[in-house]
Amino acid sequence: MAGATSMHIGGDHAARFENKAATRETPLVKWTILVLALGFFAIFLLLPLVAVFVEAFRKGWETYVTALIDPDAWSAIKLTLLAAVISVPLNLVFGVAAAWCIAKFEFRGKQLLITLIDLPFSVSPVIAGLVFVLVFGAQGWFGSWLSENDIKIIFAVPGIVLATVFVTFPFVARELIPLMQAQGRDEEEAAVVLGAKGWQVFWHVTLPNIKWGLMYGVILTNARAMGEFGAVSVVSGHIRGQTNTLPLHVEILYNEYMFSAAFAVASLLALLALVTLVIKNWVEHQAARSYRETEQAS
Amino acid sequence: MTHRLKNSLRRSVAALAFLTAGAALAQTTILNVSYDVSRELYKDINPAFSAAWKKQGGADIAVNQSHGGSSKQAGAVIGGLEADVITMNQSPDIDILVERGGLVAADWRKHFPHDATPYTTTSVFLVRKGNPKKIKDWDDLAKPGYQVIVPNPKTSGNGRYTYLAAWGYALEKTGSDAGAKDFVSKLFANVPVLDGGGRGATTTFTQRDVGDVLVTFENEAILIANELGGNQFDIVYPSLSIEAAAPVAVIQKIAAKRGTEKVAKAYLNFLFSPAGQENIAKHDFRPRDASVLKKHAAKYPSIRTFTVEQKLGGWAAVQKVHFADGGLYDQIILKK
Repeated sequence: MAGATSMHIGGDHAARFENKAATRETPLVKWTILVLALGFFAIFLLLPLVAVFVEAFRKGWETYVTALIDPDAWSAIKLTLLAAVISVPLNLVFGVAAAWCIAKFEFRGKQLLITLIDLPFSVSPVIAGLVFVLVFGAQGWFGSWLSENDIKIIFAVPGIVLATVFVTFPFVARELIPLMQAQGRDEEEAAVVLGAKGWQVFWHVTLPNIKWGLMYGVILTNARAMGEFGAVSVVSGHIRGQTNTLPLHVEILYNEYMFSAAFAVASLLALLALVTLVIKNWVEHQAARSYRETEQAS
Repeated sequence: MTHRLKNSLRRSVAALAFLTAGAALAQTTILNVSYDVSRELYKDINPAFSAAWKKQGGADIAVNQSHGGSSKQAGAVIGGLEADVITMNQSPDIDILVERGGLVAADWRKHFPHDATPYTTTSVFLVRKGNPKKIKDWDDLAKPGYQVIVPNPKTSGNGRYTYLAAWGYALEKTGSDAGAKDFVSKLFANVPVLDGGGRGATTTFTQRDVGDVLVTFENEAILIANELGGNQFDIVYPSLSIEAAAPVAVIQKIAAKRGTEKVAKAYLNFLFSPAGQENIAKHDFRPRDASVLKKHAAKYPSIRTFTVEQKLGGWAAVQKVHFADGGLYDQIILKK
């Protein structure tokens, strides 16, 4: 995920390869690879997706709608949205700040910061959840203080938000760091020389340059925030109608033999993923266009 | 740009306030933390109790429920899950709340009738329609060439009762602990997968078509055989099994803090009332109330059972001898 722009330059390379006899593959090789790739795609990605929708509608529309308007499903939808609404802006601000620091300044401990940003990617989500239980749980470090002051974190909404923020931490920063590093500091320095103040530089120079990468990071953050299961499962407490997110609600329904309802709610998550994909493609397209425009201008 | 951002920020703050307000507006609630396969039961009990409580002049009350593997659920309560009552399928999962953090009163068994167990069930066999492998008793499960599905006794009360039922049967038959160990070893050698909880084992047997026999609680077996399994399964009652009494307790430390002691106690008492017992029978557990049990007698074939106290020296001994690290269960599984 080296940024949205690099992927699209790949398209031009492919066309050039195809047009030259020296680099062109024989039809046999080309079609074998194509069939393999598409076959793999169909079996491992398309088929499960279709299965979700087929299972969801097995018992008809009525079951489908009933599953979605069930109060517990509703509260799961609301909680999932709440977790996303909080964690996405938080990680957006953090991601931009971190990427800015790393790309534009030299300081001690920079490598450490980069490593720390990647931590949520390398730690298993279940461990991430358990860490929060160890810190904020009743037997944990702050457990007695929290319970004396009647503050609930674990097995309540704050714990779920915390876990979601943790697992979606790196997406925006990871997306922006290479982009901002590639752009360097020239434009910002020019702006300062021309008399721009700190925020002016950010709004008028930095932000327009990174906006597509930023969008891409936000989309990924949002997708993960809504789909996270492992970490949230550990800190949730599974109280129906209160601390179940959509993925947890799917598990409950499945375990209660309500397969159609489980797949109905799962299809909602799948739809969310599809919408995300469409927006992602649009963002990539826009990014490639703005990249081409700058190329032509220079 | 700044203006637009401010506007959207204001909108998201409003949305946030709306979402959190929804959660804060709820009426008085109590939380019942329970084991895996009691979901359907409490889904019916909870509204019935709320209605009865209101009729007696109580305030509006909503009972929330949380389900999972019994020991995992007890762990969550120790970790700070604020449950007002706990309803489990084996007493060690309540005793641990006495030991860790003093959440439950040490004499919790005396707070409600029948040692605080509103119903019992027992471990029975679920086989495929027509019983193609002619499974009649525990002996068949220990024969070579049979596949037995059991949830993991380390993480699930259901699996633990199965293990102990087989042990008790073999103890009676062979008359010695060595004989029992040999028999149970042979039985567990026939277990291809150990699922984490009762529901997981059921899904393995019914949905994934693994195994010749599922050993599980009677209520779960009836539910599958009569309602959910699509008439593809039969129940077989062994000659001897274990009585699995489901204990309940008020989590006093939390109820006192939340000011819900009275309603929590009333909730658990409701389980012992005729209406509660009727609901329990509806979900295929064996009610304690003699008249309710008699009314539904057709559902519960008579089966000779023993309790952990009668045959195995009580839960504390069982815990130490069988399920502690390096105990008999570990030895049996390692030999496998």
